[in-house]
Amino acid sequence: MDLILVAEQALNGLQFGLMLFLLAAGLTLVFGIMDLINLAHGSLYMVGAYLAAAAIAAGASFLMAVIAAVAGTALFGMLLEVTLLRRLYQRDHLSQVLATFALILMLNEGVRMIWGEQPLMLNTPVALSGPVELLPGLMYPAYRLLIIGVGLAVAVALYLLVTRTRWGMWVRAGASNRAMTTAMGVPADRLFTAVFGVGAALCALAGSLLGPLLAVQVGMGESILILAFVVIVIGGIGSIRGALVGALLVGLVDTGSRTLLPAALRQIASPEVASTLGPSIAAILIYVLMAAVLFWKPRGLFPARG
Amino acid sequence: MTESLRPRRTLLHHRAGGAWIWAVFIALAALPPLLQSLGLEFYTVVATRVLIFAIAAASLNLILGFGGLVSFGHAAFVGIGAYTVGVLADAGVASAWIAWPAAMVVSGIAAAVIGAISLRTRGVYFIMITLAFAQMFHYLAVSLKAYGGDDGLPVAARSVLNGLPVALTDDASFFRVALVLFALVFLGLRRLVNSPLGWLLQAGRDNETRVAATGGRVFAVQWTAFIVAGAIAGLAGALLANLNGLVSPHLMHWSQSGQLMVMVILGGAGALWGGPLGAAVFLLLEELLSGVTIHWQFALGAILLVVVLFAPRGLAGLVDRSGVKKTAPSSSAAKSKGAAHA
Repeated sequence: MDLILVAEQALNGLQFGLMLFLLAAGLTLVFGIMDLINLAHGSLYMVGAYLAAAAIAAGASFLMAVIAAVAGTALFGMLLEVTLLRRLYQRDHLSQVLATFALILMLNEGVRMIWGEQPLMLNTPVALSGPVELLPGLMYPAYRLLIIGVGLAVAVALYLLVTRTRWGMWVRAGASNRAMTTAMGVPADRLFTAVFGVGAALCALAGSLLGPLLAVQVGMGESILILAFVVIVIGGIGSIRGALVGALLVGLVDTGSRTLLPAALRQIASPEVASTLGPSIAAILIYVLMAAVLFWKPRGLFPARG
Repeated sequence: MTESLRPRRTLLHHRAGGAWIWAVFIALAALPPLLQSLGLEFYTVVATRVLIFAIAAASLNLILGFGGLVSFGHAAFVGIGAYTVGVLADAGVASAWIAWPAAMVVSGIAAAVIGAISLRTRGVYFIMITLAFAQMFHYLAVSLKAYGGDDGLPVAARSVLNGLPVALTDDASFFRVALVLFALVFLGLRRLVNSPLGWLLQAGRDNETRVAATGGRVFAVQWTAFIVAGAIAGLAGALLANLNGLVSPHLMHWSQSGQLMVMVILGGAGALWGGPLGAAVFLLLEELLSGVTIHWQFALGAILLVVVLFAPRGLAGLVDRSGVKKTAPSSSAAKSKGAAHA
């Protein structure tokens, strides 16, 4: 098989995995610390992408648009936490599922009311639209490299935040044993709002960065939400490290199997069989991966709770 | 067991309205002629759809509400049942006496396999692993090019109930068939929930360790319930295939599983009327609101939100004020934020 193709797909997988990590990090913390199943997490990703597209349409540069989207979505997320989601922490998971499902319906429809049914265009910044020659013969889009760079930087920053700061210590303590953490005097209300804001900001970052690659449209949050849930379950709920490992695994397996698997199948089977089976097996593979992980490690790869 | 020993008044017993059930069934049976006299025949089909989803939601409620097993993949069993009918019709088997039981058996077998693996996990991990299996079946259906792939498979002809004076091609007859099946499912589920197996299932939801310690075979009970629920969902799928005239992978999409879950929670998880009530309210609201405004999803979301905030036990919980039971996790005390200020 073509080595250039494999390298390119590995980079694509890394890029997608890092974006999934941005979503999964917030989701796993909200889940692990507040014990809240937030189905509307994907909607924050959508809101971020739409805010970025709107900012660019209003004449902002790409960088300014991303900053505006991140700030706007973080504010929106915190507002949502203070007004509504806070009431759900003490409710059972089923109520949370129903409430956040309702929120998905409302946010989707709200976005549709403001920006309309048609997908918005979010163009790659001109300066980054060309390819870069990484190795002789390996050309890779500069914009995707930027995404990888930003993703890695955020991963490192999050790692430092969680392991080196007081707030990070509270977060880890909260994920491990919430009752004990609050009993020790950690300001739970402020911590929860802050965690939610950071989660929303990461969503918006992923949404605005992925915007030029995927379509900015209503419903974009739901499909990726399922993948983000797969990631946090593989990684172990409440664990940032688990989210990173899970996201990279899912990103690589998903991207790799989509392109490499049909190619590999063509070598051993007829083209028709390969084109029929390839995409389906590829789509199934991440769920097989999750089922296998849960079969042998029912609490995920890095359980946050002992 | 003698009648006096039956624990009529325990929290595990569900009368579900007792004899009033029959009044509901009879009132429903009068619906098609009533709609016809009002010139609203179209709504007979809507009502049939509500009954079918009521069957599916009631089956999910058995494991979700009474068993505490939050399955996020229940649409897979509906879809498998629908595909069984579609594939059989494609092969020329139109008899409902063969196709519908076959749908239940195939869905039941699928539930047995999925349940055997999924029931190893608990909580969120159970939610996700059932979702994973449903997604696998969804993509499997997409890859079945011989049966329409992504576009789905048109059902050649509606099933035929040989020996009965009804034809499913007539909307009112189809409604009555669906009503009879719904009644059978509902009464069957009531019997099951109030049987020793049903008590063990509910007891396992409330405290699994204690049930195991007193000799209850938790896994066997939950597995049985999972299989029964899957088979009933397969029946709903068989009816749905007939109603839609099409089976497509979309039937097994995770959003369909989510919708079934929302119906059950809306109606009341762990209440016998919960599933049917939730299905009816959800589908009728959808029908009603979409006629009023194109932004009906916003209104639907707002209504659901109000229900969550003000009716913690779902709509059925508003009616039934007798019990104090609640399926909230025992850790809810630990969630108290008041501790932070102590």
